[in-house]
Amino acid sequence: MSESHSNPTASPIVSVRDLRVTFTGGKKPVEAVNGVDLSVARGESVALIGESGSGKSVTLRSLLRLHPERRTRIDGRIDIAGHDVLALGSKALADYRGKVASMIFQEPLLALDPVYTVGAQIVESIRRHEAISKEDARKRALELFERVRIPSPERRLDAYPHEMSGGMRQRAMIALALACKPQVLLADEPTTALDATVQIQILLLLRELQRELGLAILFVTHDMGAAVEVADRFAVMYGGRIVEEGPTREVIRNPRHPYTLALMQARADGAMTKGARLASIPGSPPDLANLPVGCAFAERCAYAQPACLQTRPEAVAISPSHQVRCLRTDATVGAMDRNHDTAPDTLSPALAD
Amino acid sequence: MSIGISVEHIGADPHGDRGGPAQPLLTVKKLVKHFDLKKSFLETLNGGGKVVRAVDGVDFKVLKGETLGVVGESGCGKSTTARLLMHLIEPSAGEIVFNGETVGSPALPLREYRRQVQMVFQDSYSSLNPRLTIQDSIAFGPQVHGVPKREALTRARDLLARVGLEPSRFAERYPHELSGGQRQRVNIARALASEPRLVILDEAVSALDKSVEAQVLNLLMDLKDEFGLTYIFISHDLHVVRYISDRVMVMYLGKVAETGPAEALFERPLHPYTRALLSSMPSMDPDHRTEEAPLAGDPPNPIDPPPGCRFHTRCPHAEAVCAQQVPSLESENGREAACLIHEPGSGHSDARAAIYAA
Ligand SMILES: Nc1ncnc2c1ncn2[C@@H]1O[C@H](COP(=O)(O)OP(=O)(O)OP(=O)(O)O)[C@@H](O)[C@H]1O
Ligand SMILES: Nc1ncnc2c1ncn2[C@@H]1O[C@H](COP(=O)(O)OP(=O)(O)OP(=O)(O)O)[C@@H](O)[C@H]1O
Ligand code: SF4
Ligand code: SF4
Ligand SMILES: [Mg+2]
Ligand SMILES: [Mg+2]
Repeated sequence: MSESHSNPTASPIVSVRDLRVTFTGGKKPVEAVNGVDLSVARGESVALIGESGSGKSVTLRSLLRLHPERRTRIDGRIDIAGHDVLALGSKALADYRGKVASMIFQEPLLALDPVYTVGAQIVESIRRHEAISKEDARKRALELFERVRIPSPERRLDAYPHEMSGGMRQRAMIALALACKPQVLLADEPTTALDATVQIQILLLLRELQRELGLAILFVTHDMGAAVEVADRFAVMYGGRIVEEGPTREVIRNPRHPYTLALMQARADGAMTKGARLASIPGSPPDLANLPVGCAFAERCAYAQPACLQTRPEAVAISPSHQVRCLRTDATVGAMDRNHDTAPDTLSPALAD
Repeated sequence: MSIGISVEHIGADPHGDRGGPAQPLLTVKKLVKHFDLKKSFLETLNGGGKVVRAVDGVDFKVLKGETLGVVGESGCGKSTTARLLMHLIEPSAGEIVFNGETVGSPALPLREYRRQVQMVFQDSYSSLNPRLTIQDSIAFGPQVHGVPKREALTRARDLLARVGLEPSRFAERYPHELSGGQRQRVNIARALASEPRLVILDEAVSALDKSVEAQVLNLLMDLKDEFGLTYIFISHDLHVVRYISDRVMVMYLGKVAETGPAEALFERPLHPYTRALLSSMPSMDPDHRTEEAPLAGDPPNPIDPPPGCRFHTRCPHAEAVCAQQVPSLESENGREAACLIHEPGSGHSDARAAIYAA
């Protein structure tokens, strides 16, 4: 849609540099995120996709510093709208959350308090950040409900979360997230729990908010269709790093990292032929407590060569806005079209050794 | 990856079957669940009080060895139906017949039924004990049913490997140390560990990326073939439902809107709601994004459902008669639809005349 936003270098409002998150609470430290670089421009929407367990939710939660401090080590740098997030003191952090950046969770019931009406929660959230009367805060809550198109908004402000349907609850949570006019909206699988008719309504709403309020949106999803509907850019995660990043159209039509390629082929038209086995990537994701020195995907990669086991690939620019962390980007040119009509059980037969 | 699970581990007891292959494994008759709302003082005086009509008269069958897909709007009663089938909540009315016997009757006591029916819950967190390691959670069910601890743990680790979670890395972790998708796979392993005959999967794969999802769906299909399992597969992902289901049931606001063989239903939906649902699927084409939602508004309130056809407040084909007459689930050629257009002589202008109607 808004192509004008797709240049990430134009004054990024979110800038993440070499983010590393290690959980130290268990037997062995788990390096859930290891070296994430990511920028989101003002008014831009970026979809974060990737393998289950690759560190998407952990990355998102880091941007709001939601991890328990005692059992988590966070290194790197996170700058959001002029705030050095990792350096914020507890008072500044409380001001920052909700006001600068806020989050939509996959399960609205976890974010909404069951014992207060939805309206009361929005009013409370607004008044925590602004010196404003109860009446004015409620007026704003009502505007937000109208904005996210909750039917009979006046009445619904006085409803408890459990009295709303899934789709309405999700909209109420978006209203809560927007209550303090944040500049950045983080959304962790915001539509996974919704049916197609409600999902498309929420996606169109996010697009509208992005356009009209200039909101920057970073959202996690497994649903490629949902990502295509909303995102200007895609960022693909594997093993705690972003392995490919580029404009939606390019990543969908011409993915160049072997992992993205395999993921896109798993989703291509005709990949779900009834009765046939589904294609999946052979092998299993890397052990985050014991990461390999080379490329984390090497063990499962159809393009792997000995060099891949020696060095962690640096980002290679395919075009000014399209980056890939792979040593063999020359080998994946046009690969999406080539493999389209083969539907083997495994997507890319590993020939690592 | 071919970690075998022996036949004793999972699956139907071949001698437990009754009635032959033509008898449905599960028959649900006029199932109703109304939740009481908190009563106000006045309502208490009047003896009234409102109810949420979460499931409001649902009939369906599940055949032996088939996969029945269940789709429908958020809040239409899919999870409530599943919890009723598991007997986790008491139905307000209706009957569930399993393998020819009424559930809860002397012929099929609840305990015996529960051994044969397992469920993967939509909320992956709440269904795992936070104080148990995941291998202990998976081994718990079989131990309750008398499997020795050592054997139960071996089975748990086998299943972890089969859902793509290497036991040496994951078996001793606690639920909060896993990602959403990893937790959901633990739930699938837990459900399969108790040798069920029927497995209810409520949004079991929606938290997974496409490659892991493919792996888990392949596993579900393999186990179904190996052990003759029967699945009820609830999901919002219409691509997946189409792929995995033999038949599909579409629900709207506590009722069945349509059922039919998966391919026929997706190719030629009969009910206007099904049509709206299918046309809401995202486009996958960055150059042709959806500009307008095919179905506007929210579903009506299940406390006060509209009279007549429950879809009439949003249906593009609604006529005056739709607000008055409740459509019945008419069946024809293995398909059923609850819409007056498909009910001969209903008075809807698109309906056939009632010449052949009995
Ligand atoms: N508290 C924790 N202790 C140890 N490991 C953890 C903890 N929280 C998360 N992890 C691990 O960190 C990795 C990244 O988790 P994260 O939740 O970010 O994954 P994700 O990409 O969001 O996956 P999904 O798509 O399945 O939600 C996972 O492998 C997970 O097992
Ligand atoms: N314990 C309860 N008390 C009151 N109402 C309830 C209760 N449980 C569910 N409901 C209501 O019953 C209706 C059906 O809920 P259910 O969870 O079965 O929907 P669903 O089809 O599974 O939706 P989703 O796709 O969002 O998971 C909803 O309106 C819900 O708010
Ligand atoms: S660097 Fe080598 S192993 Fe890694 S994705 Fe590229 S080709 Fe595959
Ligand atoms: S009965 Fe009437 S309102 Fe209901 S689905 Fe059919 S045409 Fe639409
Ligand atoms: Mg996650
Ligand atoms: Mg549900």
